[in-house]
Amino acid sequence: MTKVFSDKVDIALTVNGEPVEGRVPAGQHLVDFLRQTLGLTGAHASCEHGVCGACTLRVDGQAVRGCLMLAAQADGAEVWTVEGLTEQGSSRDLQQAFVARNALQCGFCTPGMIVAVEDLLARGGVPSRAEIREHLSGNYCRCTGYEAIVDAVEGVAQARAGKGAA
Amino acid sequence: MSIAFGNPDRPNSYIGKTVPRPNAEKLVQGRGRYVDDITLPRMVHVAFVRAPLAHARIIGIDAEAARAVKGVLRVFTGADLAEVCTPWVGVLAHLKGLKSPPQHALAVDRACWVGEPVVAVVATTRAAAEEAATLVEVDYDPLPAVTDTMTALDADTPVIHPDLGDNLAFRRLHEEGDVDAALANAHKVVSARFRTARHTGVTLEPRSILVDWNPAEGQMTAYHATQAPHMMQTVLATHLGIPESRVRVICGDVGGSYGIKVHVYPDEVATAAISRVMARPVKFVADRLESFTSDIHARDHEIEARIAVAEDGKILAIDVDDWTGIGPYSVYPRTSAIEGNQVVNLCGGPYDFANYRAQTTVVFQNKAPTCQYRAVGHPIAVAITEGLVDMAAAAIGMDPVEIRRRNMYADDAYPVTSPAKMRFEGLSHHASMNKLMEMIDYDALRADQEEARKQGKHRGIGIASFIELTNPSPFMYGIGGARISAQDGCTVRMDPDGSVVALSGVTEQGQGTEAMLSQVVAEGVGVTPDKVRIITGDTQVTPYGGGTWASRGAGIGGEAALQAARALRGSILEVAASMLQADAAKLDIRAGQVVDADSGEERMPLEELGRIVYFRGDTLPKDLPRELVQTRHFITMDYPFAFTNGVQASYLEVDTDTGVVTLLKHWCVEDCGRVINPQLVDEQIRGGIVQGLGGALYEEIHYDEDGQLLNGSMADYLVPMAGEMPDMQIGHVETPTGESELGAKGAGEAGTAGAPAAVMNAINDALRPLGAQVTEMPFTPERILRALGKIDD
Repeated sequence: MTKVFSDKVDIALTVNGEPVEGRVPAGQHLVDFLRQTLGLTGAHASCEHGVCGACTLRVDGQAVRGCLMLAAQADGAEVWTVEGLTEQGSSRDLQQAFVARNALQCGFCTPGMIVAVEDLLARGGVPSRAEIREHLSGNYCRCTGYEAIVDAVEGVAQARAGKGAA
Repeated sequence: MSIAFGNPDRPNSYIGKTVPRPNAEKLVQGRGRYVDDITLPRMVHVAFVRAPLAHARIIGIDAEAARAVKGVLRVFTGADLAEVCTPWVGVLAHLKGLKSPPQHALAVDRACWVGEPVVAVVATTRAAAEEAATLVEVDYDPLPAVTDTMTALDADTPVIHPDLGDNLAFRRLHEEGDVDAALANAHKVVSARFRTARHTGVTLEPRSILVDWNPAEGQMTAYHATQAPHMMQTVLATHLGIPESRVRVICGDVGGSYGIKVHVYPDEVATAAISRVMARPVKFVADRLESFTSDIHARDHEIEARIAVAEDGKILAIDVDDWTGIGPYSVYPRTSAIEGNQVVNLCGGPYDFANYRAQTTVVFQNKAPTCQYRAVGHPIAVAITEGLVDMAAAAIGMDPVEIRRRNMYADDAYPVTSPAKMRFEGLSHHASMNKLMEMIDYDALRADQEEARKQGKHRGIGIASFIELTNPSPFMYGIGGARISAQDGCTVRMDPDGSVVALSGVTEQGQGTEAMLSQVVAEGVGVTPDKVRIITGDTQVTPYGGGTWASRGAGIGGEAALQAARALRGSILEVAASMLQADAAKLDIRAGQVVDADSGEERMPLEELGRIVYFRGDTLPKDLPRELVQTRHFITMDYPFAFTNGVQASYLEVDTDTGVVTLLKHWCVEDCGRVINPQLVDEQIRGGIVQGLGGALYEEIHYDEDGQLLNGSMADYLVPMAGEMPDMQIGHVETPTGESELGAKGAGEAGTAGAPAAVMNAINDALRPLGAQVTEMPFTPERILRALGKIDD
């Protein structure tokens, strides 16, 4: 590396509500920074080219592939992972529905699935089964065949809508 | 005292009920512990340089530039690792004639498929190891590649392994009755050529292993995403020259297996060998391209088949000629001949007929090795059989359900031996078909199809009956010489607080093993499932067992757990009878309380019994046994395999302009014997169906004629996603096996076995009025348009 181009980048961001600083390799992906440096192993690296959704994170309110975003790009960002959503309790009903409906088997896709579902449910209303399926078409699950996931999401959407109306 | 399964109101009635999975909560919280989540002190990472050519001699390796990369510690060649790791040969004695050459952890002087590991680079970070791997220069001398299955044995095709004489790995011909006479005299003979594409498992968690050789302890610990920890213990010990007792394999959470993670992979053995040399923890996690080029592939079959039927639809003969290409090596230790062998064993499975001939020809080629993948051979055999039966029905103008009813074994015919010499203890083809007809409302569905046709929509109904091989005995691998346990064991103990711990040799891959074991043990002992902790996947801790494959976890591991739990119950009651001055036979354990069996009156909580046994044993009679730990093992003895049966139906629509197939709905009736947990069984079947639907419509590994993999990414190898998949209705008939008290057979592969055939038959049902037919999977828009004559270039 020349003096002009450093291969390390200083970043400061918020992860799960906590301030984090780091000096990261310029080519490091955000999911690897979270997993390897911060020990947040909930998001999983799988296809590593943005197809499977196992590394889905919430960055500045958007569902983002942790394998397509560099850690350096997250400077100043607000990042949430499944660990943070769990501690915060905001996805408790969804997580409980996944367990009750057995909407997971090996569980490798589940943290990314939870973040992706929250992205859909944040839009409000009760999506149809077709809309749920369409929204989750970027999240690969080899175990369940998807139906149990759709059931769980549908149930939570109805329950949340019911609460909002009451 | 046996369990009154027929009485749902019996005490502790957890077997047969949906109870939650104890290990699901941690997974939804992101607190799973997969191999890549584990970091050990002084851990290093290995990345592999893989062969870019399908067949080439290795002339030289220059790793100087790689060694100069910051963080790189060592570079290993095949010759380096051959000094510490012996090669293996993937053959089994009972597969007569099967041959395969020795295979090394890293290719030594010749690479035989694109993706074969050639050089290993070890560095302090994965990134450094990967970067350095790209700088290793391997000088190759290209050799001719063999890629076509059907010409692999031709005289002018090069022989991949000259020492073996030819490219034939295995051939088996099975003949029963007089097939030629039946074909000659039949009312109708229908022939077809089927093809199933080369698939791979696409586990979301790539293959992963972290091996820690500690020379101070003289022990190797392998954290491994595997289905068979004890098998891997033997393999690592054998080939690295370590006593078996000094190898510990730990299998924590596994991110999907489906058969992919039950085999011996050279890069994983290389990782262990490198740890042995470097005496520090070494981690290997495959990336996605490595998964596509080096995970086992499967189902690459080409088949010519014929069926002969009488005027009344009775099947007179089935004749199958099956060919498959398995790559350059038979995979160790289960071998790559099993899939073809299964095709021979399973074709015609549901049907009572006399004349059967099937031959499988298994050839070497320069592609990734194939081996056992979920529903081994079943999707192929079911597609052949059910495809032929539907074509025969059409040829004689009979309804596809009716022709099946006329040929399926009667439900009271058992035990029977099939023309393939498979022994069936008890199946329920007719009851299952009847149940399916109710579920799908067959007449209404036909009416809907008719109505749709009037509107120019081409809908089809496809039916596929099937059998599934589960609960394998040593006849599957053990008799061939493989150290793969068909037996499994469980240790159940009661701790002082009255809670129960069960240690089992079967493993959890997400299918719900731990929930199944918790409810079996809970019922067997007499506690609630939440009082049972399950421990699996540690060869140093659990009883010796086979692990998870061939749908054996519930049937074999579950029965061992039940027997161990019942034995512990007996031990507890013996102590309780002494403490309470009562007759043990008149006591029971219910929800963690010792009770009077007749009245249900509570006599003593288990924690009180635990307090006395563990801390005040002095108050018990000196000669009173008080072993609150019991171990039992179980192995099937009466039948080589416990066959299950079922039938699936697919309803779909074919767009004849675009060739696109839209799945409308899918049904499955399955008889897996005693259902232990209805929800888990249904979800196994749903997941299996979707894996089968992937094979039917999307999944196909493509190689070019030089053996280059053309679609090694998840963007190019299409798998089922949520948007295209249908809702699935699952029903059950229960015919418990008499081999065990539990009566459970396997349910893990039924969905995958039958779904492709159901879809094929549904598409052909839709296309039949247009005179088109497809038999080559996957049924892509292109293939459907070609069948319709809309593409002909």
